[in-house]
Amino acid sequence: MTQLILEQALNGLQFGLMLFLLAAGLTLVFGIMDMINLAHGSLYMVGAYLAAEVTQASGSFITGVGVAMLGTAVLAVVLEVVLLRRLYARNHLAQVLATFALILIANECVRIVWGAQTLMLNAPDALSGPVRIGGFLYPSYRLLIIGVGALIAGLLYVLVARTRIGMWVRAGASNREMTEALGINVRLLFTAVFAFGAALCALAGAMLGPLLAVQVGMGESILILAFVVIVIGGIGSIRGALVGSLLVGLVDTLGRAMLPAMLRALFSPEVASSLGPALASVLIYVLMAAILFWRPEGLFPARA
Amino acid sequence: MGLYATTTRRRIAAVFVLLGLIALPWGMRLIGQEFYVSFASRVLIMALAATSLNLVIGFGGMVSFGHAAFFGAGAYCVAVLAESGVTSAWLAWPAATGVAAVLAVLVGAISLRTRGVYFIMITLAFAQMVFYLVVSLKTWGGDDGLPLLQRSAFGSLDLKDDSTFYFVVLAILAFVLFMLDRIAHSRFGRVIQSIRENEVRMEALGYPVFSFKLVCFSLGGALAGLAGALMANQAGLASPNLLHWMQSGILMVMIVIGGVGSVFGGVVGAVLLLVCEEAFVEITPHWQIGLGLLLLAVVLWAPLGIAGLFGWGRNRE
Repeated sequence: MTQLILEQALNGLQFGLMLFLLAAGLTLVFGIMDMINLAHGSLYMVGAYLAAEVTQASGSFITGVGVAMLGTAVLAVVLEVVLLRRLYARNHLAQVLATFALILIANECVRIVWGAQTLMLNAPDALSGPVRIGGFLYPSYRLLIIGVGALIAGLLYVLVARTRIGMWVRAGASNREMTEALGINVRLLFTAVFAFGAALCALAGAMLGPLLAVQVGMGESILILAFVVIVIGGIGSIRGALVGSLLVGLVDTLGRAMLPAMLRALFSPEVASSLGPALASVLIYVLMAAILFWRPEGLFPARA
Repeated sequence: MGLYATTTRRRIAAVFVLLGLIALPWGMRLIGQEFYVSFASRVLIMALAATSLNLVIGFGGMVSFGHAAFFGAGAYCVAVLAESGVTSAWLAWPAATGVAAVLAVLVGAISLRTRGVYFIMITLAFAQMVFYLVVSLKTWGGDDGLPLLQRSAFGSLDLKDDSTFYFVVLAILAFVLFMLDRIAHSRFGRVIQSIRENEVRMEALGYPVFSFKLVCFSLGGALAGLAGALMANQAGLASPNLLHWMQSGILMVMIVIGGVGSVFGGVVGAVLLLVCEEAFVEITPHWQIGLGLLLLAVVLWAPLGIAGLFGWGRNRE
């Protein structure tokens, strides 16, 4: 039992760290420009497709991931300069709809280029086997994801908390006008942040590709989870995004694994087997609603 | 932006459109395209759903991203009732409206504590909750949805015939639009639109802002439930797609294309979107790109939608 819990906790950690890669970019876009970007999930999808395509063509997973990150970042810069800039001053409804339109366009474009079938993206052969940690076997590829996620989270922390650029980003998130008045080019800074966020998205898409299916619409389901994360964590806060991601990753994964078993102890098997999955899948939304009920600004609000 | 006001010219135009819609089944029979009567019912039902969202977003200023929850709740309510033998529309449709209203009161009471982005996200979260809950319930058909074995009936008036069903839908939509027009001009409508424009000022003037918003939100939810009940009857199925967040997005798209905060905005948007879809899907399977570009164009260059372009929207004094 403890082994199962431990394994599921590792899975939760792995999922949470990948969510963090998405949520980090999203929360900064939200925080600095007060902009809702539904198309963030589309960048994740484009990243995964690019990674699958390049990996297949070149035979190297690392090349695939690198090209995907670079390509998605370039796409993000184009999007930001051509379209998103016009939306910062607009209300949330306009932003939601314009980026919703981007989702429709992106999904259809991907369908045209790669077709409607699910694409295969294989993990490198060297990492296909399991490794022994403590008393149990754990897939080495998932361990790599945890490692990469933790590394990026650490790098981001140093970048945001210890460097000058990070200071500008934090200043921009807590008060944009004041930061501009102090002579920081927030627009340029923001384009850079957006591109960086897109590269992280592509990394998440490429890393999760071998575990989840690379298909049209993959961006939307994870996008909503990323939104849950940043709303829980507090919009604009990297620390909040990290705590929120781990919370959502762990609660979701452990809930799905444990809840049916726990319910079986309380109710009859029929009730438990129908109620368990239902409750497990809404658990994170209940968590989010509860957190917003008691702390409407999230756990770590960036604008104090 | 000013308050909504209907002019006599607009009312006369609305009557002519209504007369045209009443004549539609006969016209279709004349040219032998009776299939389109059923399609027209679907368009009118979506128009009703979009109108209900327009009440919340356009008049109440509450950008709800979870309207599909109420739409789907109405549909599932009718289907579940039909399965247990209740096929009378007199019972099932008000029940669907009521269930959606209660759900909206619950969701609204919690969500309206937050504002801005948080409100958008929490309404989305509640809708996702409902979606996953319903999809994982095997007794309600899970991913496949819950089929409705027969259409509801108003006593002896059978709705199996597509034309009869169409007339019932049209009557309901016309009545709702008429009431919405009355509401927009009523004291409640004035207050809720003023809250949209300046919430702090209305609060300072002593209006119970939260209660007004909650009533508006719930009324929108209830009407969406009614639209859902009609949709289940039209399609013969309560589908999880009705609860999907894309559905909330599409309803939002409709009112923005039609005109946010205009009584007829939802109808204009729904008709335009669905007719375009029907027409273009025949030509290209990639119609979604066209829809996306159209939406971008509307957002960037016509923020008040088609209604705004022609000056049917809010009065600008």
